[in-house]
Amino acid sequence: MSCCGTPPSPDEMNELSRFVTDKLAAFLKTLRGASFAVGLSEGQDAAALMAAGYAKKPGLLRSAFKHLFSSRKADWDAFDGLFDAFWLNKRTRSRTAIAGSPAASANPATKSLAEQPSPGSGDAANDQIPADGDDARQRSGEGRAEGASRAENLATTDFRKLSDPADIAEAHAVAARLAQAMRTRLTRRDLARRQGEKLDLRRTIHRNISHGGVPISLLHRQRKQKPLRLVVLLDASGSMSLYTGVFLRFIHGVLDEFREAEAFLFHTRLAHVSEAMKERDPARALDRLSLLAQGAGGGTKIGESLATFNRWHAARVIHSRTCVMIVSDGYETGDAALLGREMAQLGRRCRRIVWLNPMMGWEGYAPEAAGMKAALPHIDLLAPAHSLQSLAALEPYLARL
Amino acid sequence: MSLSREDIAGRLAAANYIADGELATAISVMQLLRRPLLLEGEAGVGKTEVAKALAAIHDAELIRLQCYEGLDQSAALYEWNYQRQLLAIEAHKGTDPDRIERQIFSETYLLERPLLAAIRREKPPVLLIDEIDRADEEFEAFLLEILSDWQVSIPELGTVTAKTVPHVVLTSNGTRELSDALRRRCLYHYLDYPDADREARIILARIPEAGAGLALQIARMVAGIRKEELRKVPGVAETLDWAAVLVGLDIRDLHDDPETVHETLICLLKTREDSARITRPVTERILGRVA
Repeated sequence: MSCCGTPPSPDEMNELSRFVTDKLAAFLKTLRGASFAVGLSEGQDAAALMAAGYAKKPGLLRSAFKHLFSSRKADWDAFDGLFDAFWLNKRTRSRTAIAGSPAASANPATKSLAEQPSPGSGDAANDQIPADGDDARQRSGEGRAEGASRAENLATTDFRKLSDPADIAEAHAVAARLAQAMRTRLTRRDLARRQGEKLDLRRTIHRNISHGGVPISLLHRQRKQKPLRLVVLLDASGSMSLYTGVFLRFIHGVLDEFREAEAFLFHTRLAHVSEAMKERDPARALDRLSLLAQGAGGGTKIGESLATFNRWHAARVIHSRTCVMIVSDGYETGDAALLGREMAQLGRRCRRIVWLNPMMGWEGYAPEAAGMKAALPHIDLLAPAHSLQSLAALEPYLARL
Repeated sequence: MSLSREDIAGRLAAANYIADGELATAISVMQLLRRPLLLEGEAGVGKTEVAKALAAIHDAELIRLQCYEGLDQSAALYEWNYQRQLLAIEAHKGTDPDRIERQIFSETYLLERPLLAAIRREKPPVLLIDEIDRADEEFEAFLLEILSDWQVSIPELGTVTAKTVPHVVLTSNGTRELSDALRRRCLYHYLDYPDADREARIILARIPEAGAGLALQIARMVAGIRKEELRKVPGVAETLDWAAVLVGLDIRDLHDDPETVHETLICLLKTREDSARITRPVTERILGRVA
């Protein structure tokens, strides 16, 4: 324990047998594979820990490594299983632990996606099951459980439209205009409302030293503006399938153009798609999205999805200058009362709620779907939107939020 | 000074902190690797208490930096005492300007803020950076620099290098995602709500008058309430409040007086929805499962 903090010297490394060093390196590799952020310095520290006597008891070593290698809750929960599987060869326990942990199961999926063939060729939508190794086993198991409906769903929800270059450019242009309008307008309004600026004493004094300390030229300080954050929740259910393509392109643009934006997709459950959609290459984004959106097209549980959002994501993605945009037709197959309650809660949290409803474009439409009715009291702006043109037409309204 | 793991566990107990099994390991790894400890967990699980316990076991000073939106260098690191500087300039009018400048930018006019204070102590203090997720991203980056270099440059004075490396504890509630760089720099510990047994021991440590039987009943009751779907899950501090109230009302057994038990639940339930959800029958159902 005398070697506090110093990186292990060659001598210390020799103390560990060659075997252990190799094994440690292999373990680090395993951890990286399970989406742990493990760098060189962590490896050195791990060796230092082992040299300092933590390796005597497996329980102690596991606990020490757990603190060192984990960097978030998902890591923390997955670690014990990974450690036991690797060092203690407890196969059964480890498998359940790894399969159950979000980090471990999410990451191989995304990795294999990146290596997939481009889906530009027409029949891609049904070909999303990754073909390689470990992951394929897991996936195919899932597919069997879900039955034949999956292929059908993917066919009806046509994400392929996302990859038409002209459409993408247009969607980005609309999103860019929107981002511009919403940002500038908000900044001006805030400036007008401010009572007065603070004097920056530190810099004023510094500047005026040459005047013998008499503050002649004053320097002010302005409060920094936080950019508006846009959170988009897109309904990808069957009833919306005509419009999903349009809005996905729009979301891709929003994530690109807004300084802060998050995107979620929901049908019967909620999926956080920002990471997948931030992929520069639209074909790749589409690839990753198709997997996330599995089950799309089978009913809409807006209330439940919103509840998930409020419970697990809202605290993180919503701050005081957040506008939530929900794109849905409001045809709720779940409990409409729940939707009302969750909308109320969401309304308390964020600055504005915009609900874009493609059905409103239809002649003689009245918001009569049960879900729409329940949500209506909590919406700041309800507007029609079914194409990029109509989105662009919304610009003046959205700018005023 | 480095303590063995057994020493740490012993001292934690002596400091009246009832730790979960792995915290002692975390603290010993922390002093071995000289890395900061990042604590995450729901509000009210006792994250801040860990720092206080750490200060107690090292017999060190606790320096606390509470983060908030807009926290900047002048509130976290140092600031010049402008009023005094201005007065000094006025008072010494007519003397050599260079001398005045040297004088007003000296130690006497420097206001130490928590971060600077922490690295200038002779004996390593415990630096608690509370709710780091409330500070801005820019501040996080700035903090990262200090946590790795342990030195601060003050343009008018020069570089201040740390005399000793403080024990750093960061806490986060998850209102904002922290940067990967900061996460990697730190050791990570996730604090969960204590299990009934540990919570009972916490109650006993703080409110000895409760007695072992009642403490365990209270802890089990709270554990039952936490399982209900609540907007705001009661933390350990709420449990302690409730226990103090029950002891104050001279209740020795929860089953003696279900009426009072239900009425005093206001100590635990902090939103209107939650109090509406835990109705009298619900209270009785949970109470029924408490032995």
